[in-house]
Amino acid sequence: MNANENYQGAVCPIPKIEYDKILMAHGGGGTLTHQLIKKIFISQFGNEVLNVLHDSAILKVESKRLAFTTDSYVVNPVFFPGGNIGELAVYGTINDLVMAGAEPLFLSVSFILEEGFLIEDLWQIVVSMKNASQKGNVKIVTGDTKVVDNGKADKIFINTSGIGIIPEGVDIGPQNAKPGDLIILNGRIAEHGIAILSAREGIEFESEIISDLAPLNSLVSLMLNESKNIHVLRDPTRGGLASTLNEIAAQSNIGIRIYEDKIPIAGNVKAACEIFGLDPLYIANEGKLVAFIDPADAEKVLNQMHAHELGMEASIIGEVTKNNPKTVVMKTAIGTNRIIDMISGEQLPRIC
Amino acid sequence: MKYVDEYRDAESVRLLSEKINSIITRNWNVMEICGGQTHTILKYRIEELLPPQITLIHGPGCPVCVTPIEMIDKAILLALRPDIILVSYGDMLRVPGSNSDLLEAKSKGGNVKMIYSPLDAIKIAEQNPDKKIVFFAVGFETTAPANAFTIFEAERRGLKNYFMLCSHVLVPPAIEILLKSEKNSINGILTAGHVCTVMGYEEYIPLAEKYKTPMVVTGFEPVDILSGLLMVIYQLENGNCFVENQYGRAVRKEGNIHSKKIISDVFEITDRKWRGIGLIPQSGLKIKSKYSHYDAEIVFNIDTTGFDESDICIAGEILQGLKKPGDCPAFRKECTPEIPLGAPMVSAEGACSAYYRYTK
Repeated sequence: MNANENYQGAVCPIPKIEYDKILMAHGGGGTLTHQLIKKIFISQFGNEVLNVLHDSAILKVESKRLAFTTDSYVVNPVFFPGGNIGELAVYGTINDLVMAGAEPLFLSVSFILEEGFLIEDLWQIVVSMKNASQKGNVKIVTGDTKVVDNGKADKIFINTSGIGIIPEGVDIGPQNAKPGDLIILNGRIAEHGIAILSAREGIEFESEIISDLAPLNSLVSLMLNESKNIHVLRDPTRGGLASTLNEIAAQSNIGIRIYEDKIPIAGNVKAACEIFGLDPLYIANEGKLVAFIDPADAEKVLNQMHAHELGMEASIIGEVTKNNPKTVVMKTAIGTNRIIDMISGEQLPRIC
Repeated sequence: MKYVDEYRDAESVRLLSEKINSIITRNWNVMEICGGQTHTILKYRIEELLPPQITLIHGPGCPVCVTPIEMIDKAILLALRPDIILVSYGDMLRVPGSNSDLLEAKSKGGNVKMIYSPLDAIKIAEQNPDKKIVFFAVGFETTAPANAFTIFEAERRGLKNYFMLCSHVLVPPAIEILLKSEKNSINGILTAGHVCTVMGYEEYIPLAEKYKTPMVVTGFEPVDILSGLLMVIYQLENGNCFVENQYGRAVRKEGNIHSKKIISDVFEITDRKWRGIGLIPQSGLKIKSKYSHYDAEIVFNIDTTGFDESDICIAGEILQGLKKPGDCPAFRKECTPEIPLGAPMVSAEGACSAYYRYTK
């Protein structure tokens, strides 16, 4: 009897998964990512906090509620139009906290650096992270650095974790959408993913496509000041607007109806999507949010958003329905009804 | 956006739909050849706008779907060789071969790179002089000129490490096989606009006459599809069977002369097996013998005996328009885009993937 067999009683059987190796699509934010999370991670780590699968964990500490989140960044290229991996790591984690209704306070930052990475590039990334944390009103309070051999990582990977406090009376979560809620989107979609793709493939358009990367905390605090009836907030990053809406439809067990002609998209981004054969609904954003709001409050929240630089093009893109639970249907520009499914496979790897 | 928005215009769509509804008196089966058209039809739910007398039959026009399984097995074997970088369009990566697919080969350490333009294959060859670059060239007439052009470029740049695994197919011979079949129920055809952009539509004229089947060269936007259908239905209702061009903004009768010349310089016509359909005489392109030193099948000795199709998948009948994806017992059950049993579930032009994505 070998050592392994001795310990078999203590080892959980490996869950049945369709692939015996990790594929890029396991990181795509779509169906395979969800399978991996459910079958491998939740099956072992699951608890009442984690199982909510919110952008941040919500922790009750005495009378306060803390939001806690973590995210790793592997974007390629490291510098892209509209930002770099460092700013992305700061804003991405801020936004995950904000999507739980929290005010972000503290971040940790860990670097995995590839041997040979230029100090000058690292400096530029770190300076922009400092500026980003000031703009996002958070402090970077702890960190770590590891270096791996040349070829064992790709230039630089960054992990950030964040902590924030959820104000009293705020109750935001992906399971809270209610029939009748109106869905607000704060601006044009698909800019981050297309900016990364254009940079990576060296494709230029008449006007450069720039990532929408931005911290959403000041916009959200405006919205929360205006209404206590915001039920769900989510930033449609990997997998795009389509995957985010599907997650909410599933977690809240409701139907979602959106209108194609209400979804803002820039002409050059739309053109790029046509050229690449990509559907903008599935392309990542880094400065966008969807908010599910009680219809009575939607108009006044929208007015507040229009006054903010990140919400000038905010619009109501759809509503929550009782029928067709767990399904997203889009009224197309030609008036027909299209089912919008969750992303499957990997549209664009390593966009964040 | 110009050339797109006006072809997705709600008012034009409404008028065309009304017109089709007003002229139709009988039941007609219309096949759209190209998978790109199938996706537009499903994505925009065009059938909601059509009278019940029209049945749309989805055609074989998905090059990824009809690429024979032994070619995919060959690509996988090549990708697993340490001296080779296999480059391919993204859609091919998840198409099942006998036991595996290219993405799995990649996760096992095979060097597989996805490209958007065939010239990227040349660039990769230049950047990796110590590796052999094999470009998996699949497609219809549409992509043949650009793929052929890589051989010119490799020659011009003196590249000794560039090779092509060629599995090109031609549309008209496949249309003829379908129309000749005893099971044929097709009354009219929307031919593939992009194929005709390259080749023109002279080849379709004798086919339309011989099989008494009207054919309309059709584009890919909702207004294109509805205009194409209106033209076909109008011919059918009036007993006509000629070739018309709906896609005039891209297609000329004689096609693109320059592109056709590149194709005929590099490739020659050959018999080709179509996955799910079988051998179709004179339906493929292969690399001419004067360029055989670029032909991966000749340069690398690849043995793929014993290839194996899934016995549940009905891709063949779907590709011939005999069945729809919903008729397959595995659809949405054993077969999903994550674990596809057949190529039509993978490709951006496959009928099964269109039904999976746009219906429920």
